[in-house]
Amino acid sequence: MDYTIKIGGEAGQGIQTIGDSLAKVFSLFGYYVFTHQEYESRIRGGHNFYQIRFSNRPMAASKSIIDILVCLDKESTKVHKDELSQYGMAVYDLKLTKESINDERFLNIPLLDMAEKFGKNKIMVNTVAIGAVLGMLNFPQEIFLSILQKTLGKKGDEVVQLNINSFVAGYEFAKKECLRCAFTITSHGKPKMLIGVNESIGMGAITSGCKFYSAYPMTPSTGIMLFLASKAEKYNILVEQAEDEIAAINMAIGASFAGVRSMTGTSGGGFALMVEGLSLAAMTETPIVIALAQRPAPATGLPTKTEQADLLFAIHAGHGEFPRVIFAPGSPDQAFYLTNKAFDISQKYQIPVFILTDQYLSDSQWTIDEIDIKGYKHTQYRIRGEKLESIREYKRHLFTENGVSVFGIPGTSTRLIVTDSDEHDEEGHITEDPDIRTKMVNKRFHRKWPSIKSEMGPPYFYGDNDPDIVIVGWGSTYGVIKDSIDILSKNKKIAMMHFSELYPLPDAEDYIKILKKAKKTICVENNASGQFARLIKTETGFEFNSAINRYDGRPFYSDLLARSINGIID
Amino acid sequence: MVSLTDYQGNIPAWCPGCGNYSILRAFKEALVELNIAPHEFTIVSGIGQAGKFPHYLRCNTFNGLHGRTLPVATGIRLANHKMLVIAVAGDGDCYGEGGNHLIHAIRRNIGVKLFVHNNQIYGLTKGQASPTSMEGMFTKNQPFGVLSGQLNPVALAIALDCSFVARGFAGDINHLKLVMKEAINHEGFALLDILQPCVTFNKVNTYDWYRQRVYNIEDEYNPEDRLSAFKKSLEWGDRIPIGIIYINKRQTFEERIPFLKDRPLIDHELFTDKWTDLVKKALDEFF
Repeated sequence: MDYTIKIGGEAGQGIQTIGDSLAKVFSLFGYYVFTHQEYESRIRGGHNFYQIRFSNRPMAASKSIIDILVCLDKESTKVHKDELSQYGMAVYDLKLTKESINDERFLNIPLLDMAEKFGKNKIMVNTVAIGAVLGMLNFPQEIFLSILQKTLGKKGDEVVQLNINSFVAGYEFAKKECLRCAFTITSHGKPKMLIGVNESIGMGAITSGCKFYSAYPMTPSTGIMLFLASKAEKYNILVEQAEDEIAAINMAIGASFAGVRSMTGTSGGGFALMVEGLSLAAMTETPIVIALAQRPAPATGLPTKTEQADLLFAIHAGHGEFPRVIFAPGSPDQAFYLTNKAFDISQKYQIPVFILTDQYLSDSQWTIDEIDIKGYKHTQYRIRGEKLESIREYKRHLFTENGVSVFGIPGTSTRLIVTDSDEHDEEGHITEDPDIRTKMVNKRFHRKWPSIKSEMGPPYFYGDNDPDIVIVGWGSTYGVIKDSIDILSKNKKIAMMHFSELYPLPDAEDYIKILKKAKKTICVENNASGQFARLIKTETGFEFNSAINRYDGRPFYSDLLARSINGIID
Repeated sequence: MVSLTDYQGNIPAWCPGCGNYSILRAFKEALVELNIAPHEFTIVSGIGQAGKFPHYLRCNTFNGLHGRTLPVATGIRLANHKMLVIAVAGDGDCYGEGGNHLIHAIRRNIGVKLFVHNNQIYGLTKGQASPTSMEGMFTKNQPFGVLSGQLNPVALAIALDCSFVARGFAGDINHLKLVMKEAINHEGFALLDILQPCVTFNKVNTYDWYRQRVYNIEDEYNPEDRLSAFKKSLEWGDRIPIGIIYINKRQTFEERIPFLKDRPLIDHELFTDKWTDLVKKALDEFF
């Protein structure tokens, strides 16, 4: 069993509410769920959609074929018609689309009328639609009814009852009228967690002791800030909406200097403004974590769409030479784990660390069984109070073997913490001395670099152990490549190699051996110029013999990607 | 007790006669009189001659980027609001490059004390006009004289309802020290604009020029009346008022954050058992 539901309509019609509710129902039922969204940069109107795939088998990406299409506007009935599977069904409301459709796959359901009749309000159209979808699937009603009770209970019995009536009306209508509906609901596992990647990064930050997050709203990174703001009171995390991205990163650096773990988040254009601050964090050796959620550029680009084109920007951003680490998770559990690692490494080496995502990944939701924080690193590297006082001649930028100097918390002892964006001496005071300059560069960069490199985990390998074909990707393409391998591995010796710990590249010996041995190596990227392929070539000398690049602002779909791969290897 | 020698820092690299020397002296004396030890506060400075200020002292120091003193100071203050945080900037630094941050720091009423060494010229880059240079002033970079109007930081701050606005003069150390102490003791955001002669590049606004014009604000003046404060702020030319121009005791940013009531952010535990339980519960929310 593997079904996909797509809800299409205008912004402001409640697509998100319907999508989120259905995804929740399926995950609580015990299915694996994957959702993704495509929306336009507007609050009302336009054409948006929300896609949910659910299955009793693990999967990690969207397909291009849909089984149930919910059309809340006329546009949806046209643009997504050809995506319907052989037994697919679409529902629409004549009152909303204003055009009847003479196609046996299209079922007219009076969503609006039922909302007014049973819910006493047009707004109940979402609840009726949820009922209709579950009715078409002949799916048990209890889970959604309990969600209604849980989320609307506070608003009183009447509101709950009106919602129940609307839901049941939609459910019964669809069940009775959809004669072509032949969906079968199969066995399922235990209830699963449904988590989005932005939420996962936010929760990863909280569980890694982040106490300060300053940012300026920018799609698709805003979700991290919203999530943290919703948890501010509970976890005592200070979330400040800065006046601009320059202020955001400088505030985070200030908070970090003063002694708390801090983070900022943004997207391409906002990060362009942060670049000077990045260099400041490096010079003053102030730890900071930056979530960089990519979207298509240059300039404002396609603000709500997806792309992986800021990898080389993140690697090279900032004036001068300094170490940095870049992680690019491909799933919520990777995002959670790598956010913890980002905080740990940035604190340990006093460097900036990036978490690179993109719109497709940021706005996606996945089911996972559980998140275990036991193996996570929770080391406090900063020192304060008596311990700091006991260091006789404290120097903030003391020259050491591994380049890392003890970072005291100012104001907690009589030791003074001094740092400067100018080149500085060990105490942190401004200097132009050439010997000190050379030693400081060595301390900041050369001495730290080997240890930083050794922290980087190897790529994730999946598929045939001795592959003829290797599909390579990074970040958000994890799920879609994995699904394509499942599709293609039946008759091919094929494997995937996915990098989530990107920069510095992990020790290359093992994976380059595999790549060299394979007949076909294909690098899959959501950008035009193959930035990761270039990185691999620059750092290791290895050149992939093929590439699949998509740069129309849309994500890869597993069935289509499998077809593209087939096109190259056959 | 704290003494002046506790504050002995590196030897300043400013020009002889620079107004910065008097500001440094007034500041050290203010700290001694308030009995504040070097480790009890942090100075955030930017770039410009004023940016070097903390290096000629002894104190916790973050000498950051040009224009970005206030965001860094805001971050430090939010992480540890029990610590005194002073931002030191020049007129180019704070009123030019970092103008946006000034507006928003005032709006927030974050408990940062901002001292602006306002010499009405760019010193570090050798004599270009600053936002506070007087209209018509000639420089190598302004061959037709300064064409833009002169920024009035005091009026700007009052217009934004800044909770403490004052002006000092580097040529009157005792008065400057008093105003600095008032600013330091003020609860919310404080702007202290300090008129500072630049003996090398500003040949218009010299010590004599200022001395002929500045006067101490009258004792009977009420700084809590916004309209008269605004009127006072517009005085510039023949007579330039120095002293506390506007006070509006409003709630600080820090006071409005519930979990900062009992302790600063740096004292919130990171990884205790209680914290682990909290996190486990939080993860359950995803079911």
